[in-house]
Amino acid sequence: MLLRLLLLTVLGGLALTLAPAAASAQTEEPAATEQVSGTLRTNVIGPVEGVEVVVTTADGDEVDTVETDENGQWAVPVPGPGQYTVTIDAEDLPEGVVLTGENTRTVTVDAGRNQGVIIALSDGSREAGGGTVRWIQLFVEGLRFGLLIAMAAVGLSLIFGTTGLTNFAHGELVTIGAMAAWFINVDGGVPLIPAALIAMVIGAGVGALNELAIWRPLRRRGTGLVAALVISIGLSLLLRYLYQIIFGGGSEAYADYRGQRAVDYGPFTMTNADLASIVIALVVLVLVAVMLQRTKIGKAMRAVADNRDLAASSGINVNRVILVVWMMGGALAALGGVLLGLSDEVQWDMGFRLLLLMFAGVTLGGLGTAYGALVGSIVVGVFVQMSTLVIPNDVKYVGGLLLLIVILIVRPQGILGSRVRVG
Amino acid sequence: MGELIDALAIALKAGLGFQAVFLALLAIGINVQFGYAGLLNFGQIAFAMLGGYGIAISVSQWGLPFWVGVVVGLLAAVVLALLLGLPTLRLRADYLAIATIAAAEGLRLLFRSVSATPVTNGTRGLSGFNADFVAMAPWDTSRRYPILGTQWSGAELWVTTVGWVLVALSCLLIWLLVRSPWGRVVKSIREDEDAVRSLGKNVYVYKMQALVLGGVLGALGGMVYALGTASANPDQYQNANTFLAYAALILGGAARVLGPVVGAMLMFFIIQFADTGLRTLIGNGVIPEDLLSATDVAQIRFVLIGLGLMLLLVFRPQGIFGDRREVMLDAR
Repeated sequence: MLLRLLLLTVLGGLALTLAPAAASAQTEEPAATEQVSGTLRTNVIGPVEGVEVVVTTADGDEVDTVETDENGQWAVPVPGPGQYTVTIDAEDLPEGVVLTGENTRTVTVDAGRNQGVIIALSDGSREAGGGTVRWIQLFVEGLRFGLLIAMAAVGLSLIFGTTGLTNFAHGELVTIGAMAAWFINVDGGVPLIPAALIAMVIGAGVGALNELAIWRPLRRRGTGLVAALVISIGLSLLLRYLYQIIFGGGSEAYADYRGQRAVDYGPFTMTNADLASIVIALVVLVLVAVMLQRTKIGKAMRAVADNRDLAASSGINVNRVILVVWMMGGALAALGGVLLGLSDEVQWDMGFRLLLLMFAGVTLGGLGTAYGALVGSIVVGVFVQMSTLVIPNDVKYVGGLLLLIVILIVRPQGILGSRVRVG
Repeated sequence: MGELIDALAIALKAGLGFQAVFLALLAIGINVQFGYAGLLNFGQIAFAMLGGYGIAISVSQWGLPFWVGVVVGLLAAVVLALLLGLPTLRLRADYLAIATIAAAEGLRLLFRSVSATPVTNGTRGLSGFNADFVAMAPWDTSRRYPILGTQWSGAELWVTTVGWVLVALSCLLIWLLVRSPWGRVVKSIREDEDAVRSLGKNVYVYKMQALVLGGVLGALGGMVYALGTASANPDQYQNANTFLAYAALILGGAARVLGPVVGAMLMFFIIQFADTGLRTLIGNGVIPEDLLSATDVAQIRFVLIGLGLMLLLVFRPQGIFGDRREVMLDAR
């Protein structure tokens, strides 16, 4: 998950290339060669135009006031080497863009140099530690991420429970949900919420197709579980690279809800889209739990997961239950994909990268149990986010994968699994 | 027609080149683990990465001699195998699968991360570590040699020769091992673990030995690849390569000494032929640009591998040489 807080970057390279020329001119005209400059831009919104930039000397005398141009750039020539304070007017920033630090910065300008000034801006889309208490902020983000993993992982765990298949192609169900919603939303011009619902239907359809076209015939042929596992890896490769051909290698955002300003909740900040995805995930997961606990098909699912032969001899149509599990898993994975695409943009391999964390969550909770997948995934999500307190952000997934290996040493059957399940 | 012959020559070179050696060594390692011992190692590429980086880091970052780098790479692979095997080999087969795939992805992310940059040079990778190795070549490495209608540089030819010698030695080792009592025990573990255990064999130790041996072979493959490309970059070691090796192994025939070698050569021949062929067809306008562009061809190979892997396992799990009774595995 990349930090999308992009900064007020400065053309440092430009300043360097200008320096020699400026230095040669210095002997004749020492005054006008020094200047301070910078660029205001963020990742989602791009260059920020029309922001007032005030440059003052160390004594507080104003040198000049300018506005950023259409490229977000500004430059102020200064009277000579020395310290200058650059201040931008936070009121001029467009909706959704906030300062991540101070709105002023003091720089020292050397003789003949074009001194770049960096003032950090954030588009509020995703920022680790944006709130006032860093660990609470990370905890809340971890909770959101964990709920997303949980939503995708429930299907994975139930499929394992009912059929014994370790489905390495489950991440591709996540990606197809995100991608379908993107095409409907951006190319089709449909608002994101109906697009997400259509994506869920597509996800359910793809899940059903998986079962009907591949796994049911293979079960009938008596294909072994290891062979089935390798087949699911083949399917994962096939689909993943097809996605890359169709979607391209880049990452794309949905047309709606981009560049939202993070709302301040005291100890943490969060965009409305993130809050909504937490609420949606919670509601959906509670519904799934109620369905598993109360409805006839939910009870049948648990029965098949527990003991397939006994369930079949009690008059449960096992194949029908498995089909429903696949459809439900596909729809949930698709919704998880849409929510993940909303926060992290849509990418061709987003599902595969999530898959390993899904496995970590499912293993932690106990392979084959539905509630185990929920609990385990949330723990993994929180762990991955909060691990950035001690390890760098770009290796946080490694922490999650290490956690998986540690779980296997300490308690391979998971939190909610029973010991007999492990051979 | 000339284009077809060119494509065949390029594909033949790929089927004999150091990439095929790399794939063959990965597949031989997997054959020990999966074919003979029934272990699902889905992170073989991590062993290869440790092998390649063992040389690269030792030579270009620490200034150690080439042979020390080889030893470092092999030791790193042994340590990784022990670390992965200790928790998972007592558990059901799919736990090892999940742990190894996670380790491969995790190690790659770690090697390309900013915090590892002082050692691994991050995403830019390392280069300039194969001079000592190339200097060992008995012929002039600065000129090019035409073989079978394609051009080989002297260094490439040297890496490839050494690589095939390694493949031959590995095959000999596997052949001897499989005929030995050790091989019989390992094969019976694949068939029925409990039966072997009841005969008083320490199943865990045998599995661990198979995992370490396969991992070391994978590390050798990684070294050949790093020396062949003269660079080590974390993104060369994508885990898709592990599955490429699985596909090659299953194509050739698992649990057969020469299965992985033939599979790897065929695999690279087919992939390269399809690659060159598709590019030519797109270039000629036979396949319209909007259906498939030249940049998509690199992805097509993985689509084909995925499809091939599925079809092989469904319709011919024993591959070309295998015995169907030996590859009907079950995880439970």
